[in-house]
Amino acid sequence: MNDAHAKLRGVKRIYRGVGKQPPTHALGPVDLDLKRGEFLSVVGPSGCGKSTLLDVLAGLARPDEGTIEFEGKLVQGEVPDGIGVVFQEDSSFPWLTVRENAGFALARAGMAPAEIKERVDATLSFMGLASFAESYPVQLSGGMRQRLCIARTLVTRPRLLLLDEPFGALDQQTRLLMGDELLRLWRETGATVLLITHALDEAAMLSDRVAVMSARPGVILDLVETDWPRDRDSRIVSEPSFGAVTARLWSTLRGESMKSMATQ
Amino acid sequence: MKRAAAIRWLLIALLVALLELACSLRWIDPTAIIPPSAMLMGAMKIVLIGEWQRAIVETLTTVAIAVALSSAVGLLLGWALTRAPRLRRAVDPLLASWYAIPTFVFYPLFIVLFGLGRWPLVAIGFLFAVVAMTLSTIQGIERVPRTLLRAAQAMRLTRTQTALRVVLPSAAPWLFAGLKLVVAYAFIGVVAGEFILANEGFGHRIAFAYNNFDNRAMYGAILLLLVFVATLNASLAGWEKRLLRRRGLR
Repeated sequence: MNDAHAKLRGVKRIYRGVGKQPPTHALGPVDLDLKRGEFLSVVGPSGCGKSTLLDVLAGLARPDEGTIEFEGKLVQGEVPDGIGVVFQEDSSFPWLTVRENAGFALARAGMAPAEIKERVDATLSFMGLASFAESYPVQLSGGMRQRLCIARTLVTRPRLLLLDEPFGALDQQTRLLMGDELLRLWRETGATVLLITHALDEAAMLSDRVAVMSARPGVILDLVETDWPRDRDSRIVSEPSFGAVTARLWSTLRGESMKSMATQ
Repeated sequence: MKRAAAIRWLLIALLVALLELACSLRWIDPTAIIPPSAMLMGAMKIVLIGEWQRAIVETLTTVAIAVALSSAVGLLLGWALTRAPRLRRAVDPLLASWYAIPTFVFYPLFIVLFGLGRWPLVAIGFLFAVVAMTLSTIQGIERVPRTLLRAAQAMRLTRTQTALRVVLPSAAPWLFAGLKLVVAYAFIGVVAGEFILANEGFGHRIAFAYNNFDNRAMYGAILLLLVFVATLNASLAGWEKRLLRRRGLR
């Protein structure tokens, strides 16, 4: 595939055991092509290596085997320009205001203050945070803080956005609304999005394709195409075909989740 | 909070009044403790006459040098130990038992090494304070949330940027707590050292007054020192509180 934005080939990750513990084969081998501009979700039982997959794809960790390519270049031990990552935990800097948080990466990269201000203002209003620009993260709700983390990544204008269960700590209603926001920013930025999640409905609602992973060591068992229109939103959950997609995901995942529960 | 402060001041005023009463009614021997009003007069005299100025400047300079040295060395040492886990495991018990050592037994040795004057006092203050800063620094650095470091990595920060822009501010509350201890310990070390043996300084003047049965000067000086250290500590604490409140830590 020539239009692949990112390409994983035979990617494996093995954690060395501490002391006398045997090494843990956490992931792979995984082969996956991310198409430019698509929204792909990865679901899998807990502990299956979903987050590890994101780490190696982002360049936050090195794979023990296999290769990762982003825009035709190998990813090796550092995060390439053009990839943005949002983590599961709140990773906003508590000592900086919302504005300073949002402009942090740009300031470190040496961008001119005027340009930073312009980009930060635009991104904050895009994410509905404009009126909180001078607040500190502690003054924001959990959902707002995660929005700030997304804004902080968006200001760098990533072409590939990697999200590691960014709504994991939020309540169900907030999650649905955040899902809508995510779809909106995906449409408007044209970025390729990879979302790691354990929520089947979230994956089914948001994605063009959903990759289903096995219990550890995680490999991709199924790739489900949803055929949703590009201008979809959370109301898609009422479509009859939404149930069919979720059912197919669950039929693959059920056995794996049971395996994963048995080993934990 | 305001109520607690009011009760605190009332309590202090009550104790002072009680002491005043006990002294004026001769429940307490005036050669042992003088009434607080006389202490205040003694303190006023010291401040107004200005003959203690040299002693005060001398002590504050020595404390400042000890604070600067011990916080800088403690910071570097703490940071170095978090980078070398094996060494850290080796020296951990030594650091933990540091304050079991009566540091002052080394004071005569420092006088032999550095001569009578400022430097043995700096050494004793430094020795007393440095480990507090080291331990606080280690704590602060170890408690930097992993997700912040991962975020720094994802934002392609250099190692220096990560250290100065993420680790340092994230550890700041612990570093601040360390600095507060350093100031307190440096004062204790320096003043106590002066008390034992020195040719100038606040502690030396207190000891001198004590030896000459000059109760007014002695209690006045003690009061002055107490007020000064309490004020310094309160302003550091106020600064810390503002810093922490912004981050929602207190």
